[in-house]
Amino acid sequence: MKMQYGAAIVAGLVVFFALLLSPFVVGKAKTYKQPELKLPVGEKQCIESTEFMRREHMQLLNDWRDWALRDGKRTYINHAGKEITISLQNTCMKCHNNKAEFCDKCHDDAGVSPYCWDCHIQPEGLK
Amino acid sequence: MKNNRRTFIKIAGLAAAGLAVAPKATLASGGHSPVKVNKDSAHAKRWAMVIDTTKINTDEDFAPLIKACHSIHNVPDIPGNQNVKWIWTAPYEQAFPEQLNPHLDDTVKERRYALLCNHCDEPPCVRVCPTKATFKRPDGIVAMDYHRCIGCRYCMAGCPYGSRSFNWGEPREHLDLEALNPEFPTRMRGVVEKCNFCVERLAVGKMPACVDASNGAIVFGDLNDPDSSVRQVLRERFTIRRKPTAGTEPSVYYII
Ligand code: SF4
Ligand code: SF4
Ligand code: SF4
Repeated sequence: MKMQYGAAIVAGLVVFFALLLSPFVVGKAKTYKQPELKLPVGEKQCIESTEFMRREHMQLLNDWRDWALRDGKRTYINHAGKEITISLQNTCMKCHNNKAEFCDKCHDDAGVSPYCWDCHIQPEGLK
Repeated sequence: MKNNRRTFIKIAGLAAAGLAVAPKATLASGGHSPVKVNKDSAHAKRWAMVIDTTKINTDEDFAPLIKACHSIHNVPDIPGNQNVKWIWTAPYEQAFPEQLNPHLDDTVKERRYALLCNHCDEPPCVRVCPTKATFKRPDGIVAMDYHRCIGCRYCMAGCPYGSRSFNWGEPREHLDLEALNPEFPTRMRGVVEKCNFCVERLAVGKMPACVDASNGAIVFGDLNDPDSSVRQVLRERFTIRRKPTAGTEPSVYYII
C-alpha cells in the first residue's frame, strides 16, 4: 500500500522529536552546580553517613515519624549501633540549626517544598 | 562530579526501570528495623487519670494547669467560638449531664470541673476516623497523628465529650511567637487537635504537665496494675466518669 501524506508525517515527526529533545540541546551548555550548604560547626558525623543522609533523609524522616508517633518507639539505632533520639525538632535541628542555610538551599534548588515547617518550629524561630 | 542532576535522573530512570521488575522485598531497607522504646520512658498497660474535685475545683485552681498544658503544647489562644482547647473547665451540669439531681449537695453543684480528652477504651473518634489519623495505642492513649489528619471532623462528631478542637484559621496567628515551646510543634490550619495525655513527656519518664502542676490533686497511673496509685484512690474514694451511657469507657475519673 502506498503511504499517503508520507512527507508530511515524517516532517511532523521531525518537528515533534526536535521539540521533545530541545531542552537537552539548549540546556547542555550549563553545568549544574550543587548549592553550598552551611554544615553544623563542631559536628562531623550526622546520624548516618553523608551518602545515606543525602539519599535517604526523606525516607528516614518518614520512618521516624511513624516509629515515634504511631509505634511509640523514640530511640533510633544507627548502622554503627549508636542510639539517637527520634525527633526532627530536637535532634536534627539541634545540629542543623539554620534551616535557611541548610534545608532550604537544596529544597529551593530542587523545587520541592516539604510541609514539615507548617507545624515543626524551625531553629531560627517563627516570625 | 559534573552534571549531578542529570546523572541522578539517569540513575533514577534506571532504578525505576529496575523497580518495575525487582521483587517486592528489595524495596525495604534490608530488614533493618533499628528502633526501640526510650529507656527512661514511663510504661503502663492502661494509662488513667483521677481528678480530686474536692481539692481542686475553681477556675483559679485550674488556671495554672491549663496554662502549663497549653504553653508546652503551643495551643493557640483564640477568642470566641473558634477556640482551641486541650483542657478546660465546665460546671457540673455540663460535665455530668446524665447525673443531675436537683437536690444535689450545693458544694458539688458549685464546683468547676476540668475537662479533657477521656482517652476512652471504646473511642468512637477512632472508629470514625477515615485516615487512621486518630488511633488508640496499646497503652490506652488515644493519639493523633496530625500528619495524616485531613480535617474531615468526623472525630468531632463522634466524640460525645466535645474533647476536640478544629483549627479553622492559622493557629500560629494566635500564638505568642516569642513564647513558643521550641521542643513541641504547632499545628496547621485544617487539622483537629486534643489532649494527648502528654505522650511526649511519658516517653521521657515525666508525668503529664497538668498532673505535675496539680500539687497532688490529680493522680495518674496504670489502671491495669492493682497496686498502682490510681487503683488505690479508686478503691478508697467515690468516683464518677462523664456520660457513662455513651459506652465509651472513659479513663478520666472524678472524685466527688
Ligand atoms: S473523649 Fe472523645 S476524643 Fe477523647 S478518646 Fe473519647 S471519644 Fe475520643
Ligand atoms: S478530622 Fe482528622 S482525626 Fe478527625 S476523623 Fe478526620 S482525619 Fe481523623
Ligand atoms: S494530660 Fe497533658 S495534654 Fe492532656 S490536659 Fe494534661 S497536660 Fe494537657
